Amino acid sequence: MAAGVATWLPFARAAAVGWLPLAQQPLPPAPGVKATRGDEVLVVNVSGRRFETWKNTLDRYPDTLLGSSEKEFFYDADSGEYFFDRDPDMFRHVLNFYRTGRLHCPRQECIQAFDEELAFYGLVPELVGDCCLEEYRDRKKENAERLAEDEEAEQAGDGPSLPAGSSLRQQLWRAFENPHTSTAALVFYYVTGFFIAVSVIANVVETIPCRGPARRPPREQPCGERFPLAFFCMDTACVLIFTGEYLLRLFAAPSRCRFLRSVMSLIDVVAILPYYIGLLVPKNEDVSGAFVTLRVFRVFRIFKFSRHSQGLRILGYTLKSCASELGFLLFSLTMAIIIFATVMFYAEKGTNKTNFTSIPAAFWYTIVTMTTLGYGDMVPSTIAGKIFGSICSLSGVLVIALPVPVIVSNFSRIYHQNQRADKRRAQQKVRLARIRLAKSGTTNAFLQYKQNGGLEDSSSGEEQAPCVRNRSAFEQQHHHLLHCLEKTTCHEFTDELTFSEALGAVSLGGRTSRSTSVSSQPVGPGSLLSSCCPRRAKRRAIRLANSTASVSHGSMQELDTLAGLQRSPAPQSRSSLNAKPHDSLDLNCDSRDFVAAIISIPTPPANTPDESQPSSPGGGGSGASSTLRNSSLGTPCLLPETVKISSL
Amino acid sequence: MNRCPRRFRSPLGQAARSLYQLVTGSLSPDSVEDEFELSTVCHRPEGLEQLQEQTKFTRKELQVLYRGFKNECPSGIVNEENFKQIYSQFFPQGDSSTYATFLFNAFDTNHDGSVSFEDFVAGLSVILRGTTDDRLNWAFNLYDLNKDGCITKEEMLDIMKSIYDMMGKYTYPALREEAPREHVESFFQKMDRNKDGVVTIEEFIESCQKDENIMRSMQLFDNVI
Repeated sequence: MAAGVATWLPFARAAAVGWLPLAQQPLPPAPGVKATRGDEVLVVNVSGRRFETWKNTLDRYPDTLLGSSEKEFFYDADSGEYFFDRDPDMFRHVLNFYRTGRLHCPRQECIQAFDEELAFYGLVPELVGDCCLEEYRDRKKENAERLAEDEEAEQAGDGPSLPAGSSLRQQLWRAFENPHTSTAALVFYYVTGFFIAVSVIANVVETIPCRGPARRPPREQPCGERFPLAFFCMDTACVLIFTGEYLLRLFAAPSRCRFLRSVMSLIDVVAILPYYIGLLVPKNEDVSGAFVTLRVFRVFRIFKFSRHSQGLRILGYTLKSCASELGFLLFSLTMAIIIFATVMFYAEKGTNKTNFTSIPAAFWYTIVTMTTLGYGDMVPSTIAGKIFGSICSLSGVLVIALPVPVIVSNFSRIYHQNQRADKRRAQQKVRLARIRLAKSGTTNAFLQYKQNGGLEDSSSGEEQAPCVRNRSAFEQQHHHLLHCLEKTTCHEFTDELTFSEALGAVSLGGRTSRSTSVSSQPVGPGSLLSSCCPRRAKRRAIRLANSTASVSHGSMQELDTLAGLQRSPAPQSRSSLNAKPHDSLDLNCDSRDFVAAIISIPTPPANTPDESQPSSPGGGGSGASSTLRNSSLGTPCLLPETVKISSL
Repeated sequence: MNRCPRRFRSPLGQAARSLYQLVTGSLSPDSVEDEFELSTVCHRPEGLEQLQEQTKFTRKELQVLYRGFKNECPSGIVNEENFKQIYSQFFPQGDSSTYATFLFNAFDTNHDGSVSFEDFVAGLSVILRGTTDDRLNWAFNLYDLNKDGCITKEEMLDIMKSIYDMMGKYTYPALREEAPREHVESFFQKMDRNKDGVVTIEEFIESCQKDENIMRSMQLFDNVI
């Protein structure tokens, strides 16, 4: 229903008085009206600016946010108004749409911000009124082009590192597309460029006449015939390189069919085919005459430069984007040529010894005149011919001048876009680096939190580092989430440094032999309860038993020294570790435990030295138990019993 | 460049059309009309009262939830890509996309490829305000990838791998290849009563209710909203 129809409804219903006397049956009863639904004023508070409007106004468009029941989600019962946390300036336009039925586009605002507001309020962009529609679409198209470039640039310049598992093919393709990624690719790029230049120059020089000094009548001969072998060798070398490059590209292309159809590959093929055809064709006179013309295709090698030159590509792209204008102008030019040629032919028909022998012959005159070249090889001699000739040249000036601004404006637009794209690529790198930093920041925050003993019971709260307490609610909950994931998988998050240390230590510790230990702790199924990884815990307990009686004094010393290099000060003294009944449901993540446990791992991944290590006195013993506490690191699902056993 | 929206079947027809457009100067028609046709589909949720009835959230909670949801997804629906992106922000170290897919499929109850606000709120209501049985049911539904009523080892292995993927590379102890498989084995040992290789919903709920750890961990859903 149209916007204002609701207003006229009472009138239409009253007008039904005209039917009343004529009705043959009793008219149906009126629908029960809900208690006085008088129109009410709604207050819409957009970021502090209050807009007031009639409810009916908003109800005009029931498929938008404000017109439907969706606005109830934003109703604030305390203040009795609808609160939206959006831009109040943009909201003005949205509200005006309800009032007038026309959506206007603000000239000074960013078109994307406007689009987002429209999406939020449920208005489709088609609703933009005719007065603003053109501009809206233009700006949107410009924006879309810019975004498309961004994406292309992202995909193309994908950062210096490819995924590790990329095949040779992918690496090769990337090297071809972005020569700046590796030195080898760059070298290849410059070498091919050099050979293209050499080939083109050789083609050109081949035809220059060289004086042959040895002959008596200094016969002029093109250099190509004077030094056939040299030129042939150079040509062969160039063609070999081009062929190799083409085959490599074909091999590396992700989609070979698409590559075969692409323009650049066609140019490559056309550039090297004449040589091979020349090899195959025997050297008899008549065929090689026809073949010589094939050699003109060698000039296409110059187009291979477009891979090396950004400017050439821009030019090509410009011409492609102006194709429609150029096509139309070409067509109209053809029409004009035909008209004028016909006229000139018939005007000059009477003269004898005239150059205008036929209409196609007159084409040449028309073209030369219209482009204001005026060679003078064909001139009209009759008066009528001269009149029409002058009209022809005047109109030619106009017609030729038309396509130039189109091409120029397109070229400049594309050129500037390209420059912007380069700048944006640089910005993108900075942005990516910042994102990576933010990500690692989150991880580091979590690791820092763990290191500072934040995962301890809150009962030992006084010993927590102050930074632990200063986390926002969001951080707290996020860390809780990560903690839950750790508990689920029985692994912990670490940073790269610790991880590589662990890897290095594991290979180091593998040398120590596993000895059968005397004291094998009976880890019964009861003590494991229903942990999430009972088998792993059992196996670890067995390894516990089997392990490091072989940890000798030497390695204990290592442990001690390593324990000395701690990153964070241990909140508790080492001796108190034994006494303290820790419930190992909480991870104890003091960093020294990290470091100590790493070295003591004889077999991967989470073995700890046997707790029954009697050899070392207190420090070593608590060192053992402190490292044993790390068994809880790897086995957070072990229950208190197992740990208590080991801390005896 | 921009192509005309209609495509001719034969290349000859296409060539003729291109030539015609070249001559008449309409080779690159505006493709913005195409954009307009694909304008954003806006999904509007049911009324507040209906949602209040269907879920266990209060009016205010629903309002808060909707405002956040609408801010992120003005079109009213989340598709799988957005969902994966959103979820991956919480796990910067690992790759959470597989697990996000499973979650998405669990939330998307009508399997139409998008999660609307109703789906979202319905799922949250079960998880956060439901009984223990409800939550276990929901978890079972998450694990049962093909929704056939029982969890096989392959399904569980997929889920397990996706969870382990979220840990990323830098873990302590270092993640081994067999870690998920071992975890699955232990899970099945615990859950599969009749040792038939699959875990049905009754076995699942029964085993979980007997497991004190799991029951105790249910408290982690307090104060989420």
